[in-house]
Amino acid sequence: MTSVLVKDLTLKFGAVTVLDNLNIDIPEGEFLVLLGASGCGKSTLLNCIAGLLDPTDGEIHINDRNVTWEEPSGRGIGMVFQSYALYPQMTVEGNLSFGLKNARMPKAEIKERVDRAAEILQIEPLLHRKPAALSGGQRQRVAIGRALVRDVDVFLFDEPLSNLDAKLRADLRVEIKRLHHNLQNTMIYVTHDQVEAMTLADRIAIMKGGIIQQLDSPTEIYNRPRNKYVAGFIGSPEINFFEGRIENGVFVTTGERFSLTGYEFQTKSYDGPAWLGIRPEHIVSGEAAEDLPVSASVTVDIVEPMGSDTLAWATLAGVPLRIRMDGQAAVSSGDQIQIGFDPSRASLFDKTSEERV
Amino acid sequence: MDNAITPRGPKPRRRLSRANIMLYGTLIVVAMYYALPLYVMIVTSLKGMPEIRLGNVFSPPAEITFQPWVKAWSEACTGINCDGLSRGFWNSVQILIPSVFLSIVIASINGYALANWRFKGADVFFTILILGAFIPYQVMLYPIVIILREMGLYGSLWGLVLVHTVFGMPILTLLFRNYFTAIPEELFKAARVDGAGFWGIYFRIMLPMSLPIFVVAMILQVTGIWNDFLFGVIYTRPEIYPMTVQLNNIVNSVQGVKEYNVNMAATLLTGLVPLIIYFASGKLFVRGIAAGAVKG
Repeated sequence: MTSVLVKDLTLKFGAVTVLDNLNIDIPEGEFLVLLGASGCGKSTLLNCIAGLLDPTDGEIHINDRNVTWEEPSGRGIGMVFQSYALYPQMTVEGNLSFGLKNARMPKAEIKERVDRAAEILQIEPLLHRKPAALSGGQRQRVAIGRALVRDVDVFLFDEPLSNLDAKLRADLRVEIKRLHHNLQNTMIYVTHDQVEAMTLADRIAIMKGGIIQQLDSPTEIYNRPRNKYVAGFIGSPEINFFEGRIENGVFVTTGERFSLTGYEFQTKSYDGPAWLGIRPEHIVSGEAAEDLPVSASVTVDIVEPMGSDTLAWATLAGVPLRIRMDGQAAVSSGDQIQIGFDPSRASLFDKTSEERV
Repeated sequence: MDNAITPRGPKPRRRLSRANIMLYGTLIVVAMYYALPLYVMIVTSLKGMPEIRLGNVFSPPAEITFQPWVKAWSEACTGINCDGLSRGFWNSVQILIPSVFLSIVIASINGYALANWRFKGADVFFTILILGAFIPYQVMLYPIVIILREMGLYGSLWGLVLVHTVFGMPILTLLFRNYFTAIPEELFKAARVDGAGFWGIYFRIMLPMSLPIFVVAMILQVTGIWNDFLFGVIYTRPEIYPMTVQLNNIVNSVQGVKEYNVNMAATLLTGLVPLIIYFASGKLFVRGIAAGAVKG
């Protein structure tokens, strides 16, 4: 069953088109992440779904009901904001019950729901405190609780973890995942953090310029990016790109020829100018590299040890090459190493359209 | 240099540096400049007329008398009324309370609507309102006389209340709009998702967060309206003249002896209300003015 359906959604602020004829179909219980750089329209899309912004054109359906003209409170959504947006003059309990009081719910039921939400989020000892007396993580829990008590069908998250420090962010990320696992609600989550997107999402929608570039599962987006933008956006350290031509199943670039044996073309075959992308973690070094269809010898310029792994910089075919190696790899700048990769793990994009070939 | 001290801990500061003498000297001179007239007023108001005639303006009263204060409050004559400033005081109170209340209520709702509910034409409306603040009052005096006459309010207390409310609108709306704009927009969005409407958000979310700005608006309006002379003298009748107009009539009367002590007492009495307001809420006033300057 479809939970949220966005149909031909367009939003313009004057001459600027923020959302351009967008269509998404989100099945019930799905965790969808809207991912993109700032200004790509992801938060705008969320605000449209929430009813906080009026679209220029298009429809929004929630649970098979057209809610395009509905007030935010009448849509069956709960929303969590980046800045928490807790009402500073109310206690935690007041914050949680505000929406229910507005809906004129009986007192006993309000209390029951607030207690249940507090239990799920483990904020019971905080119920009588004011937001100012809470830490960032606690505040965000209360903000999630405010959506939780309303017993809504769809949760909307607008960069909820961006204001937290790194450790807390990782903790709360797991908690949100657990919450989704337990509640099985539809959740739409806006972020610019690809780790959050990859770890939380059932499906990721990568947005740019008000258009969804790719809407797929995290693995599919990671392994088979549909265009060059998606390939470059997902993955850290960033994917390596080579500019060149495909000629009879061989990628020709400045001074190098990479065999493409094993690469799955979208169409039968493709010849012409193209980009080749290969992720730093898919580049193999050492003896194992020699047996791969593509292999070369490079000199390491710089080494960035990160503990869990080591990033080595080299130059191949005239462009900087990032190689992700084991954290214990004995490599230092100036070393000559053998590298290679399997073409089936690479991505090829048309030079002009930048679409996957 | 065997007695040289190793620098450690707070750096010692000289009390009597040249900069300090300049700073405190200037402060003292400026403070005197403002305090001296006040001093003269207070001592004069406590002297009897024979002592004043001696001409020692700065000398403290040889014999303290409160008679001038009593006379200013309840006996001084303006025209045919000889019941002192008390009449003007109560007139001013009756003008002040509804004017302050109405102007703040309306301006805060205006500001809230302009800041948070961007209705169609909001910008045009706001521009026109602010332009109103730049038009000199004198231009509008006569048109307002006609408008009040047509409304049947000319010469009445409510006519003056209406004028004060309208003239307070531009600056107060600007004040409230800017304050509400500084409140994070997400708070407003969260309240909408929680099902609160226009009034619900105003009363339950915005009002409790805005005490400082309400105090600022109140102080501005109380002092402005209490000190107003122009509108009071034009739009009311002698029986309902506000305190300032009555004060003028007492002080500037050309008949009889100039009773300096009564005049001083009357002036101090008139200035007392804004003064009390400042002292009572000065802290909140500063907080409200500075709000938005620093985040959080």
